[in-house]
Amino acid sequence: MELYLELSKDIRFAEGLKSCMNCGICTAICPAAEFYDYGPRIIAGIVQSKDEKRIEELLKSETIWYCGECMSCKTRCPRGNTPGLIIMALRSLSQELGFFTESEKGRQQLAIKRTVGENVVYKGYCVLPESLIPELHPELGPVGEWIYENSEEVYKRVGANYKGDGEGALRKIPQESLDEIYRIFEITGGFDRFDKIEHFSKIKAETMGFSEGEDDYSDYVNHIFTTNNGKHNRQYFHSHAKL
Amino acid sequence: MKREGKIQVWKDYQKEIADDHYFYVRSCIRQNFFPGSEQTFLRILRSELGKDIYENPHHTTCSGIGYHSDVVPFDTIQTIVARQFALMTEAGYKNLAVSCITSFGIYGEIIETWKEFPDELEKIRNYLKKATGREFEIPQNVAHASDIVYKFREDIANKQKFPLINQQTGKPLKIVEHIGCHYSKMFPDKGVGGAEFPNVLVGMIESWGGEVVDYPERRHCCGFGFRQYLVMSNRGYSVSNSRKKFESMEPYKPDAILCNCPGCPMFMDRWQYVIEEMEGKTYGESGQGIPVLTYEELAGLVLGYDPWDLGLQMHQTNCEPLLDKMGIQYDASLKYAGKDGKLIGKPMMVGCGDLEM
Ligand code: SF4
Ligand code: SF4
Repeated sequence: MELYLELSKDIRFAEGLKSCMNCGICTAICPAAEFYDYGPRIIAGIVQSKDEKRIEELLKSETIWYCGECMSCKTRCPRGNTPGLIIMALRSLSQELGFFTESEKGRQQLAIKRTVGENVVYKGYCVLPESLIPELHPELGPVGEWIYENSEEVYKRVGANYKGDGEGALRKIPQESLDEIYRIFEITGGFDRFDKIEHFSKIKAETMGFSEGEDDYSDYVNHIFTTNNGKHNRQYFHSHAKL
Repeated sequence: MKREGKIQVWKDYQKEIADDHYFYVRSCIRQNFFPGSEQTFLRILRSELGKDIYENPHHTTCSGIGYHSDVVPFDTIQTIVARQFALMTEAGYKNLAVSCITSFGIYGEIIETWKEFPDELEKIRNYLKKATGREFEIPQNVAHASDIVYKFREDIANKQKFPLINQQTGKPLKIVEHIGCHYSKMFPDKGVGGAEFPNVLVGMIESWGGEVVDYPERRHCCGFGFRQYLVMSNRGYSVSNSRKKFESMEPYKPDAILCNCPGCPMFMDRWQYVIEEMEGKTYGESGQGIPVLTYEELAGLVLGYDPWDLGLQMHQTNCEPLLDKMGIQYDASLKYAGKDGKLIGKPMMVGCGDLEM
């Protein structure tokens, strides 16, 4: 498979890369580049080189998972490129080919599919109060915990219609509408993406010594959700780089 | 420069915002963290401004967080968005009012894609028809909910009960604003003031008597980063970017942070608490943190709505310092009550720092 050719079939890629002059303005404004060992200028350069070997390395790398898709780079690129969109095309292809399981950050896609992805299809929301479990979200603080434990009352107090029929915040999405979303996922490739994430993740989980268990690889999901090898940040990179 | 030339230049930074008859689409994050804000927006539009705004219970998430964390493909989100447009078309509306900046950016991206690649539009029409039997028109006007509040900011000012004035000093309150990246960084002409002069929150603050305070990292991302927050082991990215903003705004001693996006106020509110827990550092003058508000909450306070109707009890960083400065009376004993004043437990701790409740 020619990787560059595959990438260029993605409309976001056509929109995202016109011609890069490697000026680095995107890197200067990028919040991910401040935090991670990452630079959108380098991504644009590698892809533009059409070097298949380097593109394959990129698809298997940690690097493509560092971007926050804030799209700050779009406003500033003097050539009208959007590295954030190039990243989206790379991430799609990486999942398509199963390369995402080769990196710690890429493997996290399974955890996102199992939470946000499944919420979209089966609940009609990306996030729901019942998914904001305090142990998984300590940053939501004691107030978050109070909301979680008293959700029905708290949401009612501010006028939401939590789990209710009819309109309003957090209403229950009618089943016939969820059925439509389900069919949209079937027809447009949404479930194909989900299946690929599951398929390649399970192979990886087995090679890493996890088993299916009773709970569909939940140990593996916990592992990818919480593991951080500490080698992703800029600081680490600069103090360990071979000059 | 001649007057006509100037008018032309500024045209690029202005935005047409529909005057009435809106089809409302909600935000996942707003509904979870600030549902009172959506409620307040509808209340202001319907009872203060007499506008027609319609919500169809069958609309769903746009799936934007799934799209920007790359588990939802582009074709899928385009078709989900097309379905929202179909519901709007069927109800006889042409103006979309969007509660979420992520969605707002996505609507912009998709409509632009369809303009540039008409085949893509045809493909999505077919997908939607096949999946649901529905057909749709592209909205004539897409406004973010804050655009609409901005448009009617003077009408709100005319009814204000509590202007943004420090009642103890008589001086305007100092407010820093955060626009949210997807509001106008992607499609500058879709936002009030574009990417260079985003005026949507500035306009509200100034009309309601406050003073906007500039600070170096004003346009920096809050650090949501989608997957960078969703996955626990990535959250260092998120808190670090918010911290960069707090450090940058701190010397200007802001009385409040005003946000445009659903996610940003949640992060700016909660990360202040986390930074206090992790490093013992508290921002804000009185050691209580800097109150973080949504623009609907601020509008509600200006109009004299009960702070607990607005949902300020759902914030971790206390908003009371701001209420006190504005001279707003509130019943502290009802802050954590449920519906109809029913007593439910209180949070173990509120605020940043060890303020006992
Ligand atoms: S700002 Fe644009 S031209 Fe400059 S390095 Fe980034 S992508 Fe290339
Ligand atoms: S979209 Fe990604 S590459 Fe672009 S500025 Fe944001 S984090 Fe950086």
